[in-house]
Parts: sequence; C-alpha cells; structure tokens
Amino acid sequence: MTSDLAPGALARFQDGFVHALLAPAGKPVTTIPPEVAALAAQPAFAVYRNTVMKGCIDALQANYPAVARLVGEEWFRAAAAIHVREALPADPTLLRYGAVFADFLARFEPAAELPYLPGVARLDRYWTEAHAAPDEKVLDPVAVAGLAPEALAATVLHAHPAARWAWFADAPIYTIWSRNRSGGALDDNLDWRPEGALLTRPRDAVEWIAIDAAGCAFLDACAAGGTLAAAAAAAVEVQGNADLARLMSALLAAGAFSGMSFNNNRQIEEGHP
Amino acid sequence: MTTVLTAGLGLKPQHFDAALACPADGLWFEVHPENYMVAGGPRLAWLEAIRARHAISLHGVALSLAADAKPDPVHLTRLAGLARRIEPALISEHLAWSTWRGAYHPDLLPFPRTDEALARIADNVSRAQDALQRRIAIENPSHYLHIEGHAWDEIYFLTELAHRTGCGLLLDVNNVYVSARNLGYSADAYLDAFPGDSVMEIHLAGHTPDPNLGAALLVDTHDAPVAPEVWALYARLIARIGARPTLIERDDNLPDFATLFTERQRAEAVLRVPLARAA
Repeated sequence: MTSDLAPGALARFQDGFVHALLAPAGKPVTTIPPEVAALAAQPAFAVYRNTVMKGCIDALQANYPAVARLVGEEWFRAAAAIHVREALPADPTLLRYGAVFADFLARFEPAAELPYLPGVARLDRYWTEAHAAPDEKVLDPVAVAGLAPEALAATVLHAHPAARWAWFADAPIYTIWSRNRSGGALDDNLDWRPEGALLTRPRDAVEWIAIDAAGCAFLDACAAGGTLAAAAAAAVEVQGNADLARLMSALLAAGAFSGMSFNNNRQIEEGHP
Repeated sequence: MTTVLTAGLGLKPQHFDAALACPADGLWFEVHPENYMVAGGPRLAWLEAIRARHAISLHGVALSLAADAKPDPVHLTRLAGLARRIEPALISEHLAWSTWRGAYHPDLLPFPRTDEALARIADNVSRAQDALQRRIAIENPSHYLHIEGHAWDEIYFLTELAHRTGCGLLLDVNNVYVSARNLGYSADAYLDAFPGDSVMEIHLAGHTPDPNLGAALLVDTHDAPVAPEVWALYARLIARIGARPTLIERDDNLPDFATLFTERQRAEAVLRVPLARAA
C-alpha cells in the first residue's frame, strides 16, 4: 500500500491541524494545507477544538481556584481561554500547567482593576508546587533548641523542598488568598496592609501561615545557604523590631525546614582535596 | 498462582476510600500516569496505597505516538519511573497524537493512516517498549472526521503495528461504536475483523450526542453509563475472543462508587462465561 501524500506529509498535517485547532472560532483559516482545511471545515472538527480548549481551561481552573473564586467562573474561563492561546501546556502533567499565569494576569488589561490578582495567582501556584514537591521529613524543632548559642549562629537551616514563601508589600495577598482558597467568608473587613505567606507540606497536606517581612528575609537567607547569624541579620535589616526567637519557632513549627548543617564543618569538608 | 484480572474501574480521587476497601476478586484500577508524574506528595502516596491492595493499569494519554517526532524523552523517562514504582499489570497508550513541537494538546488527535505514519508510529511504539522494558497495548481512538488521506484501514494498520513492534492492542468497544456511527460503517463487522489474539485489554465507556449536531455526531465523553448497544457488542466480542481485562471508563459526571461498581459487575458477569469454560 502506498500513500498519496509526499514524505513529510505527517508533519505538515500536524502543523496545519494545530493551527486550525487554535484559530479563533468563526474565522476561516487560510494558512493551512488543503487536506487539513477540508477537515477543519467539517462540523465535527469542533469536537477537537472544544476538547483541547476545555482541557486546558479546566486545568487552569483546577490549578488557580482562589483566582477563579475571586473573579467568578465566567470571567476566569474567558481570561483563561486567552492565556491558553498564548501559552499551551508544555507538559502533559496538567498539574504543572499555568506556570506563567500570574505574569499573564499582571499584564492582562481587564484585570488592571484587580492589582492583587497576580499575587493571589502566585500563592495558588505555590500551593501546587508544595503539593507535588518531593517527600521529605521536617526538621525537629527540638534538634535546633538543643544547640549551644555559638553552634546555633553557625548553623544553616535547609528549606523544606515543599516550602514556598513570598512577601507582598502592596496588598494583603495572604488574607485574600487564604479566604478564597479555603472557601471562607468574603467579608469586607480587609485590613489593607503588606503581608507575607509561607506554604509548605509538613505531612500529607499543604499548610500555610502568614509571615512578616522579617520571616521572608530570614527564609531567603536560609535558602541562599546563609548561617542563622546571617539569616537573623537579614531579618533585622528589613524589620528592626523583629522578634527572632518567635520568628524561628514559628517557622520551625510550620515545617519550613527539612534539615540543618553546620557552616564550620562544611567549610572544613569543602577545604578537603 | 497469579490473580486473573477481570473487570476494572477508572480510579478517581473521590472514590479513593471505597476503591481501597473494595475486596472484589480480579478487580483492578486504571489511572492516567500523567496525573501521577510528580516528585512526591499525597497523589503518589494515594496511588501506592491502592497498589498495595489492587492491580493497577497505567493508561497514558500523552506519549503522542502518532506525532511525526520521537516521544518526548523527559515524559518517557517519567513514565518509566512511575512504572518501576507502581509495577502496573498493564501499560497502554493511544493510536493518536497530542504533543507537537513542544506543546501539549489535551486530546487524542487523528492523522491520515499512511505508510509514513505507520513507520513513525512503529518506531515510537518500539522506543516506548524499550524504555518501559515491556509490551504495551495501543488503543483504537474515537473518530469524528472523514479523513481523505487514509492509505490503510484501521484494523490492518493496527495489525501491522502489532506485527512490526510486538505491541498488544487495547480495544475500546465504545470507540468502535462511536466511530462506526459517525463515519458510517458497521461496528459488528469492525469487531469481527479485529485481531483478537492481540487484544490485551478492553475499554467500555459512555458517549453523548453532540449538543449541536445531535445523534449525527456521537462524542466519546466518558460521562454516561455504557450504552446498551455497546454492551451487546461487548458480549458478542467476548464470545468470539474470550475473556480480557475490561475497564469501565468514566471520567465526567461521576456517580458514586457503588453505581460504577454495578457496571463493573455487569462486565465481570460477561467475562465469567469464558473464564469458567477455560478453568
């Protein structure tokens, strides 16, 4: 058996097919090969168009539930459809789809009146990342509490692989996000102030707490490999009145860390040929 | 003695507890591996808990075997990793494409069945089987479009694919029914000609008339019970080829576990006849 189509026809077919799939509805597609145009003209072609679009939009809605609850399903799905045409999934694990959705919302003109939306999207994304992060035990706070002061200063805490945090200087993103994520009441009682958030997965489920600017700076310093002395200095630098003991015990209790090492030892190890 | 897989169910997070506790003999569960390609967390823990009690089938939707490109090595590596972890009883994929030039289109897209396509797909199936170190089953898709460029009939195409690669076939009886209705051929004749020896697994699912075109276009929606016509085709098929692991595939408009389990029991009853004869 032989084919009527020339070699390379399959790739040509696939190029044309995806072009027709994503073309806005009702617009004739002119830049596709005739064998594909004949398919796109059949009413049943809409099954593929609808399935692909629905699959992508459903995934974004599943991955960004707080954003969807804030703007309503209709608005969300209309915005998502625009995003899908700009950025199809690169990965068939649709849990990972939407990595740049927060950036899209930040420059999406109809969302300009909702300046908190990209921040809320970012926390939805952090939830997904925490949910799918590698399994790792949480650092036992007792292990840290037992350290002598000089050892403590040289200790490096390792951020848990599920831990994600951010500081939002312009809006109470944590409060807006957590209310919408947990389906809580949407009352107007919102104190408009800067907020930070820590999400992590100490056990099976993702958990979250509010943290302040000092907490974020502290975690940033730890993630960069800094000692506790350096992390404490970073926290005090952004927030002069930071209560370091309370901050650290809150982060440890939340499960923000998976382990620790000692800077002195590491330097010795690294100095070894 | 290994347990014979009889009728299985698609596994849904909503049914986790009931699925875990269900003691039925020969029961197995099927999942889309793409939903479990994560580094850790509750999804994998959940699947491993089910796996400790029941056989699992990994039914992939994204290897894109019919694309004019090799399977994405990252995706294939992840699939192989999941298979090592879960040790599934079956692994299957589709005679279709979805990923093209780095973009994933969440559907099972059609193509003209040409010599070029056959050579490409055979090479891709072989690559997948090499990476997975096992025989996989390839599923006949649902058809909606009249494609002019087919040089091969679908059954000959699948038979030749199985011959060239040693792969098995997954026969979706609902897809046969939907395609036969949409394109105007006999589902009975298709099933009678299908190479029974290659069939490793069977799918049964529900379909829905297109909201705009009605009964002129049936859509493979997996959101309804298996249709009576599909049950009849299934019984006739099993009488001809014998028992095969059979899945009730339901992805949308999900009823409770007990309702799905009733459909599963119906398939199991059909399989019991040839199984009793073989025993």
